[in-house]
Order: sequence, then structure tokens, then C-alpha cells
Amino acid sequence: MALHLTPRNSGSIMIVDASGRITLGDGSAMLRKTIRQLLDEGHTKIVLNLADVDYIDSSGIGELVSAYTAVRSKSGELKLLQLTKKVHDLLQITKLFTVFEVFSDEHSAVRSF
Amino acid sequence: MAPETKHLEVTLETQVESVNLAEEMCLRLAEAAGFGEDECYRIGMSVREGVINAFHYGNQEKPDKKIHLAVDLTPEKMIIHVADEGSGFKLTDVPDPLAEENLLSTSGRGIFLMRAFMDEFDVIPAQTGGAEIVMSKRLPAPGSPQTNGNHGSAPHKEA
Repeated sequence: MALHLTPRNSGSIMIVDASGRITLGDGSAMLRKTIRQLLDEGHTKIVLNLADVDYIDSSGIGELVSAYTAVRSKSGELKLLQLTKKVHDLLQITKLFTVFEVFSDEHSAVRSF
Repeated sequence: MAPETKHLEVTLETQVESVNLAEEMCLRLAEAAGFGEDECYRIGMSVREGVINAFHYGNQEKPDKKIHLAVDLTPEKMIIHVADEGSGFKLTDVPDPLAEENLLSTSGRGIFLMRAFMDEFDVIPAQTGGAEIVMSKRLPAPGSPQTNGNHGSAPHKEA
């Protein structure tokens, strides 16, 4: 299933609803392009909603990390929202839970900035 | 009569589409062999990572090189081989992605994931001159929670 990304505003926070797979090829490239575009537009507080992403491979993990560092380099923050079990487990075994701030509900994620 | 080993092999182009193709093919074999959903996911992800490794690191994304995928289904386990036509590598040279200094690396987690998701994992010199990833997963016992009820009905080509 191809990756779909839909950015929307919640006050000064940009929430990006993702659905599909973040994998080598189009999925990773689309995530990179969307995050770069948001940064170019001046959005530096970003929540990536992964509620409908049930599959990420190592390329997708790399792209998440790349997005995280790109946002941090602009003095911003990228946080993750509503991980599926597979994505949760993947971030846990790769120790990326120690890097990303992860939230289970949108309200808490938005209030955390 | 000796227990039968089923064997299937395919030569893939060095292109992104081969990653999905290999994953899909091995997922079907794993399902037909009786693996349950969680184990199929782990096998599919490992195949995916093996082919990504061959595509990107082994063959350096050069379209004139091939990726060689083979699957052996023995009565005990599913064994997957992914060989590239690169210059080979040693597992001891692969950085630990869990090391503090590598956590923010944007690559280098594929080998780790294959090791985590499969029962056995190794890298050996390939006949093609590159590296060959060999990894396996034990078949679920009939009736165990890890099975899907399709035990032993994998489509096959004789070795």
C-alpha cells in the first residue's frame, strides 16, 4: 500500500496524518519531501501521526531519523503519534524510543510543545 | 523415503521493485508452509532487508548486476539465501546500530533486523563473488499457535 501523507494545522503545530507503508522507494521519498516542504514553509513543530502505518522497513526507519535530525537542525521538534504494534516494536528493538517522543493521543502530543 | 526438501530460486534485477517482489514471493511460501501472521511478517521483513542489502550495498544499485534469491523448505525450517554480485563484506565490519553514536544514523539497521527476526543468520562468500546472506526460521509445530493451518502445502520446484 502506497504511503499517503496529509498535513493539517492544530494551532501552531503541524500534524501529518500518514497511512500506508514507509519503505524503500516512494514511501521514504515522499516522507522526506513532505518534511522538507514543511520546514521550507517555516513549520518546525511537527507531529507525525502513524496510526495507519502498519509497516516500516530499515529504509523507512532511516527516513524517520533523517526527518527528526532535519527538524532539529531548524531548532524544531518532530514527535510521533499513535504507533501501531509493529511500528512500536520496531522502534523499541532499534532503541529509537530513546530518541523520539511518542504519544498515544493527539491532545497530549500537541500540548507537549 | 528421505524427507523432501523443496527448493525455489529466482534471479532478480538490481532495482527497487525486486525488493517488493522478493518479499511477496517469500511471504506466499511462508504462508503456504504454515507460518502464522507474526512469523510471516518477520520472514517477509528479513527477505526485504536482505534484498535491500544486496541492491544497495552489494550491487551498489548497478543495473548490470543481479540478485540471487533461493528458498529451501526442509521438514524442519525455511532457509533463505540472498546473494549479490558485489565485493562481499564481513559481519564484524558492520557497525552496531544500537551503539549510542549510531542511533541517529539514517542507515545500517538491515542486518540487525534480520538477526532479530530470524532464528539463524550468517553471511558467507557467495559463488557470485559477492556476499550471501543465509537465514532460517524453524517451521511451526502442527497445531502450535504459530501455525496457520497450511502446514506442508508449499508450492515448490524440485531441487
